[in-house]
Amino acid sequence: MSTLLLTEDETMLQDAARGFLDGAAPVSHFRKLRDAGQTHDAKLWAEMAQMGWTGVLVPEEAGGSDMGHAAACVLAGEMGKTLATSPFISTAVIAATALRQVATDRARDALGAIAAGDVIYGLAVDEGHKHNPEGTQLEAHADGNGFRLSGTKGFVVDGGNADRLLVLARTGAGLTLFDLPADRNGITRTVQSLVDARDAATVTFDNVQATGDDVLGAVDDAMTVLKPALEAGQAALSAEMLGLSAGAFAMTVGYLKERKQFGVEIGRFQALQHRAAHLWSETEITLSAVRHAGRKLDEDPANATLAVSLAKARAAQTAKLAVIEGVQMHGGIGMTDDFDMGFFMKRARVATEWLGDYGYHAAKVAAARGF
Amino acid sequence: MSMSDDALETFRTEVRTWLEENCPPEMRDGASGEDAIVWGGRNWKFTSDAQKLWLDRMAAKGWTVPTWPVEYGGGGLDRAHHKILFEEMRAIGARVPLQSFGIWMLGPALLAFGSHEQKLQYLPPIARGEVRWCQGYSEPGAGSDLASVQTKADSDGDHYIVNGQKIWTSYADKADCIFALVRTDRDAPKHLGITFLLIDMETPGVTTKPIRLISGKSPFCETFFDDVHVPKANVVGTENRGWDVAKHLLTHEREMISGGGQGLLGGRPLGVVLNEQEGGLTDPVLRAEAMGCEVDALAVALTLERYKDQAESGGGVGDASAMLKYAGTELNKRRHELMMSAGGSDALEWDGKYGGLASDWLRTKANSIEGGTSEVMLSIISRRVLGLPT
Repeated sequence: MSTLLLTEDETMLQDAARGFLDGAAPVSHFRKLRDAGQTHDAKLWAEMAQMGWTGVLVPEEAGGSDMGHAAACVLAGEMGKTLATSPFISTAVIAATALRQVATDRARDALGAIAAGDVIYGLAVDEGHKHNPEGTQLEAHADGNGFRLSGTKGFVVDGGNADRLLVLARTGAGLTLFDLPADRNGITRTVQSLVDARDAATVTFDNVQATGDDVLGAVDDAMTVLKPALEAGQAALSAEMLGLSAGAFAMTVGYLKERKQFGVEIGRFQALQHRAAHLWSETEITLSAVRHAGRKLDEDPANATLAVSLAKARAAQTAKLAVIEGVQMHGGIGMTDDFDMGFFMKRARVATEWLGDYGYHAAKVAAARGF
Repeated sequence: MSMSDDALETFRTEVRTWLEENCPPEMRDGASGEDAIVWGGRNWKFTSDAQKLWLDRMAAKGWTVPTWPVEYGGGGLDRAHHKILFEEMRAIGARVPLQSFGIWMLGPALLAFGSHEQKLQYLPPIARGEVRWCQGYSEPGAGSDLASVQTKADSDGDHYIVNGQKIWTSYADKADCIFALVRTDRDAPKHLGITFLLIDMETPGVTTKPIRLISGKSPFCETFFDDVHVPKANVVGTENRGWDVAKHLLTHEREMISGGGQGLLGGRPLGVVLNEQEGGLTDPVLRAEAMGCEVDALAVALTLERYKDQAESGGGVGDASAMLKYAGTELNKRRHELMMSAGGSDALEWDGKYGGLASDWLRTKANSIEGGTSEVMLSIISRRVLGLPT
């Protein structure tokens, strides 16, 4: 296993990403989108494609930059720091990883479209209020040479803006993953207004027709394709949450140094110093888990479940602590909409639920460790 | 496979063969409990011939201190080679042949601050397990405020005359020598009048007295110095600049006490250990706590790995070692609370079915005090890492 330090290439990528995002997508950019009721910035997405970000997991022969999962985590982490909003994780990480598991011309073309920034994917997996792919009820029953899909998916992240949907459905003897255009007959999308002001939709399938060509991977065997994709997404999301924690933490420490009460900077109070030091410790420890997950996905993807779930579990706890402390240490101003901390708190909550919460991933860690 | 990978694999094969031929069967039980530890020293009693043979053979290879330079009794291994040695030893359950404060604490300090002569004089005997060291830092009035040490060393020609008292000196009653912080300038600011001094425990005027702890054991002592004559050649570094040496050594001590999270149960998953206890993990609250603890333990262990990577690459870890000490010791306390809880009333006996678990549990309470309290660690982080005002 490579070291848990960033490589030179990754450090350059991180610096470049930070420089770009500070100019193109600071938190104030997210605020403008939110105030305008928009959940997507086509120009920002096109620029990400131009820099090779959307192709970070796309093979070079399909037009990608193929930098790997650790690099994808670097990008997601930098986006997290300033809450840059884009369909990066659902499209460039999850869909790209799923499509890479499949050696068809169609998958290759789709990967090319992702690298070019020409397509947005949404992941239609969840149905209940908790992430539980194995519990999928949406049914795809055999119909001639194809299928008919009926049911409802919720919390489809980036589902409102998506051109295509990865849909998990129950088939005869298992689960099957479909790759469908979002405007196919019988698909209805209803935008969900979530606390984080990002794109999510409820998607209903009313007797939607699908052919064998729409199946990604093998019928009744969704997980061969979906499991690596989910794990890639979980790792990148962990990185985003750690970035978010770092962003919130930087604001908080900055405030401790400048805000005066009782005639002194509040950062002189040991009660706050120790809580800040504890929070920093938690982010340092979570950073190791996130780095490890990226490395593991690059070097030993078949055995990455423990590493990925460890990262997502830690990231959930750390992000929660970072935003709770962030609001508390800012005092009253932390509660106002004019101040950015609330954005971090809302995003942390949504990101925690997406692709499995703390309990979901802690249970996977325990299972992998033989509990 | 690159050239260096080839070389590493060759080394792995050599290590495996050597261990197979040289590690006595009795030393392959993976034991790491108190009875299995060899501390060494002039008065050390080996519990078996195999134990002595294993130490001698490993010392001859320099593998009791694998990363120290060969000329000082070490193995001269870099981290990649050291890791292979560690992995191959673990693969056959080989015991660690020697542990000591000389290896963990004094050795690294001497390597950084000692003269060539001092290194040649003191390091090889540590590597061979011939001299056992203890640490004389804390005093009754200088605990968390360590720089307030009052034990004085007054100049007398080419000697000092040392007077004062140390406390919490681990195993001072069994050690041959002590490395101590003494005050050589009482007028200087408190950090600038301290000297790092090596003292033989057999020097007239040195006495020790064990302190009985809540665990029923006495790993710590009080140590008294009454007109003790110590050669000035025994100063490590510069007179009055002992605080620099002390700080360097403390970072190693913190890493040692932090235990790296995963190493706490010999690398075994907490849940499996708890399952083996009667009643195991059927209680949902206990199970949830154990899962959380395991998540944190794995992440702390990875952090130790990451910091080692950083140190290896020349980046240095610096004050972040305070974080490892804080996180590792608090985690260790959590784990032992969980083990006691899983064991229920069976775990309450001093020598019941879980052996010394109760005693170990009580001992862990010192982890977040010794080597700097958790609160001191948090203050170090807040000042030196976060740059918060004081």
